[in-house]
Amino acid sequence: MAAEAHAIDALGQFKLTTALGPIGASVNFTQSNLMMVISGLLILGLMVLGARPQAVVPGRLQALAEMAYEGIRKMCIEQIGEEGKAFFPFVFTLFMFVLIGNLLGLLPFSFTYTSHIAVTLTLALTVIVLVTIVALKIHGLHFFSYFFPPGAPVLLAPIIVPVEIISYLSRPVSLSIRLFANMVAGHVMFEVFASFILMMAASHALGSFGVVGAVGPMALNVALMGFELLVAFLQAYVFAILTCIYLHDAVHLH
Amino acid sequence: MRPIGLLTAAALSFLTSVALAAEGKEGMPQLDFKNVLLKSQIVWLVIIFVVLYILLSRWALPKVGAVLEKRAATIAGDLDAARQAKGAADAAVAELTAKTREAHAGAQAEIAGAVDAAKAAAAAQTATLTARLDAQLAEAEGRINAARAAAMGALRQVASDTAGVVVSRLTGVAANAAAVDAAVGSALSARGLG
Repeated sequence: MAAEAHAIDALGQFKLTTALGPIGASVNFTQSNLMMVISGLLILGLMVLGARPQAVVPGRLQALAEMAYEGIRKMCIEQIGEEGKAFFPFVFTLFMFVLIGNLLGLLPFSFTYTSHIAVTLTLALTVIVLVTIVALKIHGLHFFSYFFPPGAPVLLAPIIVPVEIISYLSRPVSLSIRLFANMVAGHVMFEVFASFILMMAASHALGSFGVVGAVGPMALNVALMGFELLVAFLQAYVFAILTCIYLHDAVHLH
Repeated sequence: MRPIGLLTAAALSFLTSVALAAEGKEGMPQLDFKNVLLKSQIVWLVIIFVVLYILLSRWALPKVGAVLEKRAATIAGDLDAARQAKGAADAAVAELTAKTREAHAGAQAEIAGAVDAAKAAAAAQTATLTARLDAQLAEAEGRINAARAAAMGALRQVASDTAGVVVSRLTGVAANAAAVDAAVGSALSARGLG
């Protein structure tokens, strides 16, 4: 049993390797980056090919492209206000990049770049840096009043200001860890249940019981796939809507 | 029961294996910050993300936006055309109604005029007829009166002559013309004929 359990390598799937042969290896182009390029091409392909028919009554691809466009645009305008139109391309890029990354990662033999904390943290830091720049550009030094809510007693300033600053600085951490942890957890569970299938089916101690019992983890993995599809959408949505909320704060303060 | 127990056992052994791996040489590949590939991954991520952002914002998204705008314009145009057509139809219906009412009123007035004219003509005809009949009646009455007067005059002459002749034959004396005439006159007036 101990020897079989040792066969579970749930974390090996996250290991980075170089892609595209010796050329990719020479510039340290990883398989993670290859998936990023593929998802970028998919996003561009969806939007460009979707817009090509220019039909008044859209076909399937066009409807998908328009749904993505209008959904994110509506979210930007609802969350940020009229100023949200300016941030729409950024939020759209972010949402689609995360969503397609999550979905592509669910394919066998692919790689989930959103399961790397370095990737999600880079995206989250981009968001926070952008939010801070936008806030400084619109409000100037008045932006720092954000850390002290109006109407709060001045006596409490020594407590409120550090708390507000910490909550502001923890945004990229929570934003990145939420996505990273969700994707890692899902993929580790896939790997573990898949290992159970093999272990039970190959077990000498269980015999034919093991083959029948292997249906259990198999069914779990099938259910998990549906669940992970939901998580893929949900986490991309959460990432995008939190970006919008932070941008709203930057544009309007409080 | 057996597979569930097995699952629990396997889950436990998995946790220990993860713990062992974390303690051991490998750990989570995501946290292996000494790995060059982890850093290069981020450099490539930034390049890919920026290129994707530029391509989307400058090229792909405006295309979809143009399609949506075109559709909105088409729909607005169609609605406008429909509204205009409805306005024209409404105006035509209103005109038709007005014309019909006008024609109705005209016809009614013409009928009333014709009826009035006919009534007036009839009244005029009746009046002339009545006048003519009245005139004829009056003339006839005049003639009757004349004839009657003539007849009355002749009656007195005849009665006086007859009375004179009767008196002369009975008495053999020529009758007093004046007395006879007076007697005839009183007799006639006594009978209501004088």
